[in-house]
Amino acid sequence: MAAKEVLHLMGKELSLELRQRNALNGILLYVISTVFIAYLSFKHVIDPPTWNALFWIILLFASVNAVSKSFLQENKGRLLYLYTLASPRSVITAKILYNMALVALLSLLNFACYSLFIGNSVQDITLFLIVLLLGSAGLASVLAMVSAIASKTNNSTGLMAVLSFPILIPLLLTLIKASKNAVDGLDWSVSYSLLIVLVALNLLVFALAYLLFPYLWKD
Amino acid sequence: MKKNWWKIVAVALVAYTILGGFLFDVPRRAILHESIRNVHFHVCMWFAMLFTMTAALVFGIRYLLKFRTEDDIYASEAMNISILFSALGVITGSVWAKFTWSEWPLLSLKGWWVDDVKLNGSAICMLVFLAYLVLRGAIDEEQKSARIAAVYSIFAYVIMIVLLLILPRLTDSLHPGNGGNPGFSQYDLDSRMRIVFYPAIIGWTLLGVWMMQLRVRIKKLERKTEL
Repeated sequence: MAAKEVLHLMGKELSLELRQRNALNGILLYVISTVFIAYLSFKHVIDPPTWNALFWIILLFASVNAVSKSFLQENKGRLLYLYTLASPRSVITAKILYNMALVALLSLLNFACYSLFIGNSVQDITLFLIVLLLGSAGLASVLAMVSAIASKTNNSTGLMAVLSFPILIPLLLTLIKASKNAVDGLDWSVSYSLLIVLVALNLLVFALAYLLFPYLWKD
Repeated sequence: MKKNWWKIVAVALVAYTILGGFLFDVPRRAILHESIRNVHFHVCMWFAMLFTMTAALVFGIRYLLKFRTEDDIYASEAMNISILFSALGVITGSVWAKFTWSEWPLLSLKGWWVDDVKLNGSAICMLVFLAYLVLRGAIDEEQKSARIAAVYSIFAYVIMIVLLLILPRLTDSLHPGNGGNPGFSQYDLDSRMRIVFYPAIIGWTLLGVWMMQLRVRIKKLERKTEL
């Protein structure tokens, strides 16, 4: 695996995304309309735990939608072509890195819309943004791997949620706890252990995807 | 007979657990009272599940290394037995939690479920096992389904370990072994319980291995008659 190969593959993802702009626009619109629906049904959420949980649930669904297409949308021919050109490990690395950027974009958009409509009760913005970025990285890498698994089945879109939700729960619980600390503006020392768990989870998921993806690759 | 001694041990230990668990003297504790006997059943389901889950992981890894169908049969049957144990563990745990930690009436505004990290954790494990079965069912080709299911089980197992072993230590809960304490301290178990508890773990685990072995043999015979 070479860094150059990964960069080229990421460039390929980006140019594909820009060429089919409607997919990206669809996901961005998904976030905005979901937040708007949440606003219309909840109005302003002032209670911090509810604010926090709702935020992460919206982000969870949006990122499942956004990342699932990373393998599901690849047609057989293009995968075969990729297989002859690049090593599987650079393919999964490129997919994960690209999706991290995509989910980070989604989470920032989610946060912006959320503050616009539902209200922003975060007291420690820096910590919240750190948790948000770590969270998007984790969501993206788990979902990219699960999307690769689901793409091998007959009923891939349905399986995407079934396979990913249970293994996303540890990540999601840690995220909700850590971001709750940020919302409440607690001292950073309270959140250190949670941040360490988040970083460790990210590394772990990435390492697993890196090791296991070659077995998914060939058909 | 030579190979079957451990089955006799399994039956003897489980029989001993049932008799000893219900009849022996147990420490009297506030709130728990006689329900403390559930330790011999509920906690052992949990240990047996961890064991069969790990067996599924090991056979999954072996399958990816050697691609032998036999390993895959073992992995999938270990997963099936894990579902049984996790279901029993969740049911015994949920009922126990309801009767000790929760308020009456049984179905109140808060629902039946008692909020506890470990109960939630085992429920999530059950979801993962079921997802594994759905995944296997969704792929027609046998070798492909074995390979992809192995990848999913390894991926899920490692993340589950984080969930089950690390997260509960960061959370406060009513469950013994939370908020930084080790799982079983001298406060939870005294020697009167230990003489049943340790054999019980071994007995239930061996019973699980036996069930797994029987299912694997049925699977193999089915494959043979199909071919």
